[in-house]
Amino acid sequence: MSKPISTGGEWTFELIEQYLAEIENIAEDFSLDTYPNQIELITAEQMLDAYASVGMPIGYSHWSFGKHFIKNEQQYRRGHMGLAYEIVINSNPCIAYLMEENTMMMQALVIAHASFGHNSFFKGNYLFRAWTDAEAIIDYLVFAKRFISECEERYGIDDVENLLDSCHALQNHGVDRYKRPYPVSMREERERMKEREAYLQSQVNDLWHKTVPKKEAAEEEEKQQNFPQEPQENILYFVEKNAPLLEPWQREIVRIVRKIGQYFYPQRQTQVMNEGWACFWHYHIMNELYDRGKVTDGFMLEFIQSHTNVVSQPDFDSQYFSGINPYALGYAMMMDIKRICSNPDEEDRRWFPDIAGSNWQETLDFAMRNFKDESFISQFLSPRLIRDFKLFSILDDEEQSELEVTSIHNDAGYQHIRQSLSNQYNLSMNEPNIQVYNVDIRGDRSLTLRHVPHNNVPLADTSSEVLKHLHRLWGFGIKLETLDQDGEFVKVEECAA
Amino acid sequence: MAQLIDRRPNAKGKSTVNRQRFLRRYKKQIKKAISDQISERSITNIDSGESVSIPTRDISEPTFRNDQGGVREGVFPGNKEFAQGDRIKRPEGGGGGQGRRASDSGEGEDDFVFEISKDEYLDMLFDDLELPNLQKNQLKKMTKSKTVRAGFTNDGVPSNINIVRSLRSALSRRVAMGAEPRRRLRELEAELQALEQEVGSDQNRLLELRDEIEHLRKRIHNIPFIDTFDLRFNNFVQRPEPTSQAVMFCLMDVSGSMDQETKDIAKRFYILLYLFLTRSYKDVDVVYIRHHTQAKEVDEEEFFYSRETGGTIVSSALELTRDIIAQRYPPTDWNIYAAQASDGDNWNDDSPVCEQILAKQVLPQLRYYAYVEITRRDHQGLWSHYENLLETHDNFAMQHIREHEDIYPVFREFFRKQTQ
Repeated sequence: MSKPISTGGEWTFELIEQYLAEIENIAEDFSLDTYPNQIELITAEQMLDAYASVGMPIGYSHWSFGKHFIKNEQQYRRGHMGLAYEIVINSNPCIAYLMEENTMMMQALVIAHASFGHNSFFKGNYLFRAWTDAEAIIDYLVFAKRFISECEERYGIDDVENLLDSCHALQNHGVDRYKRPYPVSMREERERMKEREAYLQSQVNDLWHKTVPKKEAAEEEEKQQNFPQEPQENILYFVEKNAPLLEPWQREIVRIVRKIGQYFYPQRQTQVMNEGWACFWHYHIMNELYDRGKVTDGFMLEFIQSHTNVVSQPDFDSQYFSGINPYALGYAMMMDIKRICSNPDEEDRRWFPDIAGSNWQETLDFAMRNFKDESFISQFLSPRLIRDFKLFSILDDEEQSELEVTSIHNDAGYQHIRQSLSNQYNLSMNEPNIQVYNVDIRGDRSLTLRHVPHNNVPLADTSSEVLKHLHRLWGFGIKLETLDQDGEFVKVEECAA
Repeated sequence: MAQLIDRRPNAKGKSTVNRQRFLRRYKKQIKKAISDQISERSITNIDSGESVSIPTRDISEPTFRNDQGGVREGVFPGNKEFAQGDRIKRPEGGGGGQGRRASDSGEGEDDFVFEISKDEYLDMLFDDLELPNLQKNQLKKMTKSKTVRAGFTNDGVPSNINIVRSLRSALSRRVAMGAEPRRRLRELEAELQALEQEVGSDQNRLLELRDEIEHLRKRIHNIPFIDTFDLRFNNFVQRPEPTSQAVMFCLMDVSGSMDQETKDIAKRFYILLYLFLTRSYKDVDVVYIRHHTQAKEVDEEEFFYSRETGGTIVSSALELTRDIIAQRYPPTDWNIYAAQASDGDNWNDDSPVCEQILAKQVLPQLRYYAYVEITRRDHQGLWSHYENLLETHDNFAMQHIREHEDIYPVFREFFRKQTQ
């Protein structure tokens, strides 16, 4: 047996380097494929700073970030909130922040969790691969910050701030859910920016020029056609390309907000998997460190305590309950997949004929690469896990006076619970479905949005504020229609020109 | 291979810009919150910041969101007694662990409360205010002087020699003085060389040339390296400086008619004035003068908290002010401010005397004199006599305070930026 790397709680740079080297070896033995790591030590204040900018090392200035900063700082000062032990950024090299307050054990845990767990997930998962460009994100943020501050100098802080407010209001509606986007790339951005400016403006002009009436007959015919021909779900993109009155610099800012929203989109869809994957690997790496005699019993006890805290799931009637803990669910599912692979029972063979008895490392790697929360749960949530968590589903219909328990953890309920939980992570069911339906290009140029409610869930009353923001971007009237019970679209909100 | 970077020495406060953006955007709300709070603020902790609260609704960032209602299904952990098909009463208020997010419902909107620092607080508090007549008076009464650099001169004391400048002018002088002989020297040398190579050249001419070259070399050599003519000296001049010290006279009536509440209002007013002065002046002295029938200079504690009885003669305090100015605060060195708080009571025959003393002896020495009358009753003799002063003296101002809430508006009224 070799000697433990450290025995005390204090960390030093030499110790961190030794742990890092050791963890790197282990990760290699587990064949985790990662971006190179960049680990940065920061203070608690710097962590608060990082919080305000969603963990990004660079960001443009905006009051809303200040608001978040003040809020977090306030809560932290009063002890209402602990700080996260780490923040990790999907970039190449993968940047992870460690706080100086952490103990040696915690630093090692964070390195295993973030620099190898999350890092390999960023590199491997198909959503991140398709939607983000880890190589370019830092450069793009630098570009965005510089561009926006130049705009502030040229056009005034107020104008830029108002524009950003409006874009932020629609940031969640700035992604194509089903179209594969181009990853953000800084170099091309800069090269194409000039070209695009001119081109965009000419396109917009084109669109509105075409509206000069030609012949009566042609007009009649054209009137039948909608613009856009198909409803567009990416409202920000539609604004960027078609808003008649925006200046080129304004279009560029719309684009920046949209691109940054797009960068975070995969994270919102893979929380359970991402955290589960990271927890799974920190658990294995730490145990491997122990098995190789690199750490002491005390170290392991401290580790197990934090690990248990992180992956615990309070029951629904507990005072600590605040929804399903993605760490707990993700970790349990990853561990369960490993169990199904290496030690399947009869039930597992029935439910998971494909993976029962297969190589667990390969199966997990496959799962990590090719799923998001929604599909991951509907594919891999096992009956055993449903029993372990004692999951049950509740139907809340506002027209009924009582809630109904639709399924519990029994044979009849497994499928239903699995589907229901999967839906819970389906963004398109949790965010209102609002699309650009039509622009009255021949008339008052007003823009019509259509909302299709899912299960009759109504829109929150914030929508009238959002319409005002959209009005600022579009420049002409905005209408919002919603599909009512009779299957007809009725106007619910209007923001006149 | 991983890289390990210590970022701790990096500046914290990366969010400062964003924080300031936030304050900037909500200045109106914050100022309103501050002026609402000023009357409740404890007067002893003038050095702390302030906690500001603005309605959450004002700072929300709207997005399209789903509301409550419709048909939803949710999965929860920890089933204990439910069986399929059980019906449960809907928990009240969205709580009870049914996963409803209260923050989304629009209910329970707490105010957004946060701290601002002392400086930020004062900035907001005194935004758009200025000391009246400040510039004009300052130019008139510039008395203190300060030594400042003023270029270079050709003479001075050795300790002020500017070496770089001196050597530079020495060099240029050497170049200038040596230019002519050097050019001549080059010519003669060329000629000499030509003659020497020529067979049968003129020997006399050769000697002559050698002599002359020798002579020129000596001349060049004798150009002095440095001369008194080259010396440059740093020059300093005295420039008059506006004085940056101020003294504030607090005058208060402590006769029987002034109760503790009135004094409290006066104190808040004085504190505001003090804070405001400290923003314009580095050092602010405060002189406390209280009076009933006689005036006395006291310390802060006694000024605000001791209680006296008896009649009121305001002029006694004004006379004391005048005397103290004469003894300790020459107006040439000090910016003098005075604020008088009173409930308006005065011995009737004394009010004309007050007007006289102020107009003739006190006001000409002062930057600003503010009179606040704290009373719920009608104005008495003192007010109307003071009103006469308003027209003749532009460094005199008076205001009426009824209750706590008036303090800050009245203060702002005193020091509102003059638009000229």
